[in-house]
Amino acid sequence: MSLKIRHLLGLEGVSADDIRLILDTAVSFKEVLARKIPKVPTLRGTTVVNLFYEPSTRTRLSFELAEKRLSADTVNFSTSGSSVVKGESLKDTVWNIEAMKIDIIVIRHSASGAPHYLATCCRSTVINAGDGSHEHPTQGLLDMFTMREKYGRLEGLKVVIVGDIKHSRVARSNIWGLLTMGAEVAVCGPPTLLPVEIEKFGVRVYDDLDEALRGADIVNILRLQKERQKAGLLPSLREYSHYYGITRARLDLLNDNFTIMHPGPMNRGIEISSEVAEGPYSVILPQVTNGVAVRMAVLYLLSGGKGKVDEE
Amino acid sequence: MPRNITARVMSDKSISLALNRIAREIIDKNNGIGEVVIIGIRTRGAILAERLKKLLDEICNAQVPFGIIDITLYRDDIQVKLDQPLVQKTEILFDIVDKVVVLVDDVLYTGRTVRAALDALIDFGRPRAIQLAILVDRGHRELPIRADFAGKEIQTSKSERVEVHLKEFDGKDEVILDRSGRGGV
Repeated sequence: MSLKIRHLLGLEGVSADDIRLILDTAVSFKEVLARKIPKVPTLRGTTVVNLFYEPSTRTRLSFELAEKRLSADTVNFSTSGSSVVKGESLKDTVWNIEAMKIDIIVIRHSASGAPHYLATCCRSTVINAGDGSHEHPTQGLLDMFTMREKYGRLEGLKVVIVGDIKHSRVARSNIWGLLTMGAEVAVCGPPTLLPVEIEKFGVRVYDDLDEALRGADIVNILRLQKERQKAGLLPSLREYSHYYGITRARLDLLNDNFTIMHPGPMNRGIEISSEVAEGPYSVILPQVTNGVAVRMAVLYLLSGGKGKVDEE
Repeated sequence: MPRNITARVMSDKSISLALNRIAREIIDKNNGIGEVVIIGIRTRGAILAERLKKLLDEICNAQVPFGIIDITLYRDDIQVKLDQPLVQKTEILFDIVDKVVVLVDDVLYTGRTVRAALDALIDFGRPRAIQLAILVDRGHRELPIRADFAGKEIQTSKSERVEVHLKEFDGKDEVILDRSGRGGV
């Protein structure tokens, strides 16, 4: 059992078999994380560089923990205080890091497609930790893992993604992954924050939140970046919150046994009320826990199979 | 001289006798089963371990703790194998500190699987002792490891293959020696 993909650049085009293998493997890693010594020697001798061109707490910590739990050596790189501020290009930076013998690059970059470009010009395995407004595949995988853990399946689940779909890499990875796995996906947000021709992805599109929520199983709430208001895409945060904020009253529209998700960091009182964030149906913290297990699975599965000796 | 390509080296009856004998030996060696826990290595080692647990439970009228260990993450060939083994769950739901762990596997060959299992076990705690029970010992050790309890020792060459079939997984109980030259366990 091996993945067909060699890099994890996005979930677009990744087969259902590959996604299933990652999710199944993550179940075993979740068990590892529950042990007294939550660490295994699997990636001893593997070096991972975390290349973060954009600020991140959760994702960077989660990747770093996943790497350490697998006994890989890790090096962190963030743009401040590096030669990037001196004007070095991405390619030169990576070639220099690669010259120090590394195996895996985890990259976050504000430019959509940066990981794809990197995969064409370096020898290492590349994992996308978020590129611009394009994809955030490990977030998509951990969201699917969390849904599957609760419902036992992904097929037929009705998922609504609410918020700034246009600028959201979490939304795109969720849409591609969930559609591949047979879930029904709808998106909902103000028209200025919905990408043109989004329906061509194969999702239903709503600008009315109540209509979108009716009969759904899962609501995945996206973070609203306050800069969007300054850019003139929103009249006011208060208005956004009124029309698109998830409050206790709106939850009655959902199916029984519904679930609330949010990739974090949350703006309480804007896209989600505190009561909803902390309700028994919220899996926001389990999402974070599962993130480590899912990233361990991705790192493990992408490191195998170089093939020198074949049988013991 | 033509030779049969496969030979049956253990029947369902001899497997059952061997397990019964191993159960008795475990009790003798440990003066009862007070501190004994049984842990099997996935997949067939776990099946044999569960059978041993049942035998011990019957003989001693007790409930011997039973667990399953998956050693994939402790293998030394993860990064060189072409086809990655599926990582499965380890299920050890009891404390192994100060216990006598009887580790069970189907075939003892190079000893590398047992080495990985020992490392994995020790990450769960410090048992008082670890003993090894094996259905078939086929020789060719590459590490200083030996079995405390062995169902059968057979002489093999490295080009031969030992296949253990168990009812729960393969539909019937038998051990086959395959001489077609494919090698492996």
